[in-house]
Amino acid sequence: MSLWEYANPVKFLSLSERVMPWLWVSSGICLAVGLVWGFFFTPDDFRQGSTVKIIYLHVPAALMAINAWFMMLVASLIWIVRRHHVSALAARAAAPVGVVMTLIALFTGAIWGQPMWGTWWAWDPRLTSFLILFLFYLGYIALWEAIEDPDTGADLTSILCLVGTVFAVLSRYAVNFWNQGLHQGASLSLDKEENVADVFYQPLLVSIAGFVLLFLALVLYRTGTEIRVRRTRALMARENRVA
Amino acid sequence: MRALFYRDLALALRAGGGFGLGLAFFLIVVVLVPFSVGPTSELLSRIAPGALWLGALLACLLSLDRLLAVDFEDGALDLLATSPLPLEGVVAVKAAAHWVTTGLPLVLAAPVLGVLLNLAPGGYGVLVISLALGTPALSMIGAFGAALTVGIKRGGLLMSLLVLPLYVPTLIFGAEAARRAAQGLDPATPLLFLAGITGGVLALMPFAAGAVLRVNLR
Repeated sequence: MSLWEYANPVKFLSLSERVMPWLWVSSGICLAVGLVWGFFFTPDDFRQGSTVKIIYLHVPAALMAINAWFMMLVASLIWIVRRHHVSALAARAAAPVGVVMTLIALFTGAIWGQPMWGTWWAWDPRLTSFLILFLFYLGYIALWEAIEDPDTGADLTSILCLVGTVFAVLSRYAVNFWNQGLHQGASLSLDKEENVADVFYQPLLVSIAGFVLLFLALVLYRTGTEIRVRRTRALMARENRVA
Repeated sequence: MRALFYRDLALALRAGGGFGLGLAFFLIVVVLVPFSVGPTSELLSRIAPGALWLGALLACLLSLDRLLAVDFEDGALDLLATSPLPLEGVVAVKAAAHWVTTGLPLVLAAPVLGVLLNLAPGGYGVLVISLALGTPALSMIGAFGAALTVGIKRGGLLMSLLVLPLYVPTLIFGAEAARRAAQGLDPATPLLFLAGITGGVLALMPFAAGAVLRVNLR
């Protein structure tokens, strides 16, 4: 019994079908609890007023936008090394979810930035590198769409993902050099004393958990769809050959 | 290896377009800048380093789709793949030839166009140095993009989408160095970063490009 057994599409599908209802329900509960708690049962910040509450959407979305790319990187590596089709399809399935998370983070940031910084957009390192991450996602998805042969597509996109990761990290630090930012430091970290205050911290954790579960559920769901599309195509090809 | 290099050079020089076209494009971009932002000389001299870098980058991008596509279509790339030279070497040589025919003329033309944009006197030397350091990286990254999209029909637009984000770090450091020099500041730090990026790209990117090309020739 090892993890690699789930590289078999049948096993993967049966597992994901058992797990998915739990994921959907628990992510729904976490999101509902985290957002309602965050929006209605926490005090307003004494400087930011009620705008502070957008943190419950902004921070988890930004977190997942980066982690989705990271998950694609791991899946691409698994595809390059062990050539499990499920892994390539999972990377493909995660990309649009990551794009949406990036957009949510950018838009909620703009909505918060307008009253707080007095501007929708600033060329701040964090904002800029997120925009660049968004471009990388677009390029990755466009390359998948452009290639007809699925194995070639998987190979090319996984190498693009590796190269893109290096350049995304490079850009992250390059823009730091280029402009000092408006964006505040990390809201959460394990090794730092200065996190956001406890009243905001607990609902934030719940809504982050909700976003993580939602992401997992969406990726499993979309991977399942990709596997079935692949199967349908194989069946149709066989039909044509018989007829 | 040398034969391939000379062959690519000769093709670029004789086959019309390739050589002068990038340069002409660079000129036009630079001429269009004052039309779009107005002819005020202070404003122009402030944006000159950035505008020159951006123009050089776009001119470099323009000629990329011919880098591998022609050889892919007439089958020369398949022959090269079966030759003793590894594909990584082929890509590196082709990027080098691309740099000599596109990057080098851009570097040499940049100071002349700098006059048009009223670049501050201190900026010329560093602009040339930063372009000379940065354009090899542009060619090599572009070769990776070209290898990635070589099998796709009308892949030019897709290639721009893939390549331009990869150009970001090079552009930031190159333009920053030129800007600092034009304002009389010390450009050493961004120049060193730029050289580091170029060195890293030249060392590692041929392997990525070679791997991608092998997939596309399968």
